[in-house]
Amino acid sequence: MTSAQPQIDPRDLLAQMHLIRAYEEAIVAGSTAGTVPGTCTSVGQEAAAVGVVNALAADDLILTNHRSAGHLLARGADPGRLLAEVMGRSDGYCGGRSGSLHISVRELGVVLTSTIVGAELALAPGVALAQTMRNQPGIVVCFFGDGAACEGSFHESLNLAALWNLPILYVCENNQWQAFVHRREAMSREHVSSWAQSYGIAASTVDGNDVSAVLAAATNAAAQVRASQRPYLLETWTYRTRGHFEPDDQAYVDPAERAAWLARDPIAMCRDRLVAAGNLSELAATDLATRSRDRIAEALAFAAASPYPAPEALTQHVYA
Amino acid sequence: MPVLTLNDAIGAALAEEMRHDPRVLIFGEGVATKRQDLVREFGGRRVRNTPLAEGIIAGTAVGAAGNGLRPVIDLLFAPFLCYAMDELVNSAGKLRFLSGGQFSFPLVTLAMTGAGWGVGAQHNHNLEAWFVHSPGLKVVMPSTPADAKALLKSAIRDDNPVVFFLDIGLLYTPGDVPDGEHCIPLGQAAVRRAGDDVTLVSYGKTVHGCLEAAETLAGQGISAEVIDLRSLKPLDEATILASVTRTGRLVVVHEANRLCGVGAEIAAQAAEKCFASLRAPVTRLGGPDAPVAASYPLEQAFVPQAASIAATAASLCARQAA
Ligand SMILES: Cc1ncc(C[n+]2csc(CCOP(=O)(O)OP(=O)(O)O)c2C)c(N)n1
Ligand SMILES: [Mg+2]
Repeated sequence: MTSAQPQIDPRDLLAQMHLIRAYEEAIVAGSTAGTVPGTCTSVGQEAAAVGVVNALAADDLILTNHRSAGHLLARGADPGRLLAEVMGRSDGYCGGRSGSLHISVRELGVVLTSTIVGAELALAPGVALAQTMRNQPGIVVCFFGDGAACEGSFHESLNLAALWNLPILYVCENNQWQAFVHRREAMSREHVSSWAQSYGIAASTVDGNDVSAVLAAATNAAAQVRASQRPYLLETWTYRTRGHFEPDDQAYVDPAERAAWLARDPIAMCRDRLVAAGNLSELAATDLATRSRDRIAEALAFAAASPYPAPEALTQHVYA
Repeated sequence: MPVLTLNDAIGAALAEEMRHDPRVLIFGEGVATKRQDLVREFGGRRVRNTPLAEGIIAGTAVGAAGNGLRPVIDLLFAPFLCYAMDELVNSAGKLRFLSGGQFSFPLVTLAMTGAGWGVGAQHNHNLEAWFVHSPGLKVVMPSTPADAKALLKSAIRDDNPVVFFLDIGLLYTPGDVPDGEHCIPLGQAAVRRAGDDVTLVSYGKTVHGCLEAAETLAGQGISAEVIDLRSLKPLDEATILASVTRTGRLVVVHEANRLCGVGAEIAAQAAEKCFASLRAPVTRLGGPDAPVAASYPLEQAFVPQAASIAATAASLCARQAA
């Protein structure tokens, strides 16, 4: 299982998580100041994104959703073009039409992003069917939340993927929240992985805040999908430490639960482990964080300088 | 010329397009069961039965279209489209635009609707205007077997998602269907009968009601032009407006609920763009704001019939004379 792991320097994983954190913090600061629109941030979920995306091959395809920054940045998206998209500017990956909620970057294999909760699950079987019928090697990775797992599309998708032997790695980021409702109030079971098993789909749950554990689990899961050309469901058990959508005072959140998860911050956990093992100096760790913030500051300047789309964009790309 | 039913014309178009392009595939509830000839020719990978789950059928088609295939799905009866609205309206219709043109969605959704089988409102609901109102989608509804074949071929070749409605009442009516490669571009109406005094615009089975009415009107010395829209989006405004400019009178006829139906748009266009030519108020005939009943006489009463079309057109012509 671990032998299948790609050669990845854990310090790169830490750097990616820092970049995501810095990106989200810039958006939070900007939305507070009124210079950047609010978004659904992935703060606290960086390891779940970075661990999975780093387990993938370049020709794998990713479907994501409204909480996509981690997936996109880990896949190598340019933070300047992402921020430009969030800010509705013409240099955004979708020319400013998407905003933060449905960013696709085809050149990186991030396709058909929908912000309709559960839509990524409805689209994934078709993307995978096209991969197999066109003899494309890449598998399809579908990121969705615990809330999406409560949509009918989750169940229809899993049934079809199992029935048609579709190469889909379903990745449920169970961040305990479905907007303003705790998953305890919404799910008949604690784990989405247990639902998958009833469709005959192999599934497991991993500590989503431990980036090495996620990488190992996702590498194993992706290898299974590739070898069997069958679906697999990986549940990353994690926590949305900020609100659903910025700004959000989180008055509805149990402070004890949040504190317990904050104590397991994925970035701190990874850094401390690397430092303790002697693989990273304190100085280098601080430098990683600083460099991420600098890079995001540059990206923000690029985005802010990007022009808004011309009015003609209003009706461009509606029809092929 | 071979004579085919509309249903067979659909089958012929599917076979030709699947031969023409290996990216074309078809799936839906019972599709492989009902279209054994396609299974035999193209195999079970390209002709598939699916679970009873319209949302995932449509979602799978949208995902496949966005990733290089050209699926056709059969969702059976139009009201079942309600289970597929997110996939068709929010995904197929919007993700090209929202992604800045990174993806296109060449897919065709087939659905039956209209009076004829007494199946009631949950199988018969002419909801085509919903999709006309949804950006990114095209909408087609043929009135003859020849058009059904030629329009479906164009729809399959189109790079946009097309919702293709089949009028239940016309499914087993035979008609001449020209052999061979014959495509009708989407957005091109047909003038079914030329006339000078009044324009009757329709689509689907009520085109035939209009033609019958035109015959009656001819007996009264009134020359009616009958336009068959064939595709509701893109809409052939030029053909409609040119005719209305000439005749000065317009009756729009459809089976769908009149309220906010396609006829409302056509009436508005006529009012906006050929007001000076109008010699009588633009009039719409359509179904009531009511679900359709199963009972045969009630189902028939829902649909504008030739007699009322003729009476309406005659009254508009009489107005001018008065
Ligand atoms: C069909 C639909 N219903 C509701 C919403 C509003 N909404 C956006 S995100 C969200 C929560 C989704 O929860 P989950 O799937 O767990 O993802 P998370 O936000 O936790 O990442 C809701 C309710 C939506 N976008 N789409
Ligand atoms: Mg959630």
